[in-house]
Amino acid sequence: MELALDIKDLKKTYASGTPALKGVTLSIPQGDFFALLGPNGAGKTTLISIVTGLADKSSGSVRVFGVDMEKEPQKARLHVGVVPQNFNFNIFEKVIDIVVNQAGYYGIPRSVALPRAKKLLTDLGLGEKLNVTARELSGGMQRRLMIARGLIHEPKLLILDEPTAGVDVELRRSMWAYLEKLTKSGVTILLTTHYLEEAEQLAKRVAIITKGEIIVNGTMEEVLAMHDDSAPKDKYRAGKLEEVFLKLVEGDAPTL
Amino acid sequence: MTPYQLWTSYYTIIRKDVVRMVRIWPQTFLPSIVTSTLYFLIFGAFLGSRIGEVHGVPYVMFVVPGLVMLAVVTNAYMNTAFVMFQSKFFARNIDEVLVSPTPPWVLVAGFVSGGVLRGVVIGCLVLAVSLFFTHLSIHSLFVIFLFLVLTSLVFSLAGLVNGVFAKSIDGINIVPTFVLQPLVYLGGVFYSTQALPGFWGTVTKFDPIFYLINGFRYGFLGTADVPLYVSTGLLVAFSAAFLLAAWYLIRTGLGLRQ
Repeated sequence: MELALDIKDLKKTYASGTPALKGVTLSIPQGDFFALLGPNGAGKTTLISIVTGLADKSSGSVRVFGVDMEKEPQKARLHVGVVPQNFNFNIFEKVIDIVVNQAGYYGIPRSVALPRAKKLLTDLGLGEKLNVTARELSGGMQRRLMIARGLIHEPKLLILDEPTAGVDVELRRSMWAYLEKLTKSGVTILLTTHYLEEAEQLAKRVAIITKGEIIVNGTMEEVLAMHDDSAPKDKYRAGKLEEVFLKLVEGDAPTL
Repeated sequence: MTPYQLWTSYYTIIRKDVVRMVRIWPQTFLPSIVTSTLYFLIFGAFLGSRIGEVHGVPYVMFVVPGLVMLAVVTNAYMNTAFVMFQSKFFARNIDEVLVSPTPPWVLVAGFVSGGVLRGVVIGCLVLAVSLFFTHLSIHSLFVIFLFLVLTSLVFSLAGLVNGVFAKSIDGINIVPTFVLQPLVYLGGVFYSTQALPGFWGTVTKFDPIFYLINGFRYGFLGTADVPLYVSTGLLVAFSAAFLLAAWYLIRTGLGLRQ
């Protein structure tokens, strides 16, 4: 099966000398729903930034559907859609313009982009908000706007960096349903999230990264099988994946 | 990307900028009209009649090209500098383009075209305002248009370089206030450098803006302090240098990517 994303020995050291990635190797098959988990500062966003062209790698290779990101960045980017962790649109622009302009950067003319944007925004529950400025949207609506923007050029690989952060339970579940529909239509998804029950519900495969290194990489079943049912229960109730995660990253996550 | 896709991307960048300029017209177009009206009032109606003629034309007509250039330089510069800085610093929406397949040269062309467009429109508006205070003799429409476009191009490119490098809003404001405006004023907006004493006349010749004001003025009056080919050559050289710098910065992602 063709790989949607093939990362080999990826290293990144920031100008300050801080190593963010220490040789990450990761493969995501086409059509997969892949969750990349890790505590804050583990290197998830750095990895995503390199894959989307927002950060330069120090060494290693990244291939998207067989296209080398370094040799043919423009061609590789055509396949990738990204929904970043932080809101990064002009809040004074209209919702419809943000999405249609994004299509323009991919070479899609307005005549094609406009109906596509309207459908996407309507599917994501923003049909009534097309002509309002982004600053008038609630946090949840802004998240959905970023999903629509990431999908406007119909990417084969969608990268979601904390897409449901700050979203209420009901909306989060409707976003899960939407993402599941996307994978069924053939879109490969790479998801990072701090909601481990979200990853447990959606992902077929999962990798855990900490201190710039992948410490676990396998199918959801394989990772959940690492759960020790006989271990004493924590005082806080948690899902199986969360307990596996906590055990693996114990001591690595920042604490108060 | 195919040529049509590249064009679509380029058009999108410009369209977005034009929509922004029109939306905030009291910040983009109005200030230059107001300040140039004041200049024309003071130097035309009030002081001009006492000063008499310069280069054989009424003083107010002499200052028109310089005042147009003052507006063109600051607007073309601020447009690209501010749009780039805002996109990378406040909204971080520069990422929208950086994650796309839009090549660096299209990004540079799009941003700079927005600045050129604003510079040319502002130039035409200030010229229109000047018609309320004097009649304009036109020696060469081609030279006028050439200098309007080339000047807008040079300062849009310079603004883009500044916008990429700037790490705070001060980094955007310092250049127009402490570099551009003094250079414009000392470049012969209000006087002919032939009237300057030896030392200051020589100093002025190191001011690049002196050459573009002279070239632009030649388009109206048919006379200038320096030959036209010197002014044109200098503007082309500056355009090439800033274009190279802007393209290099965007291509390598210096100041934009981590």
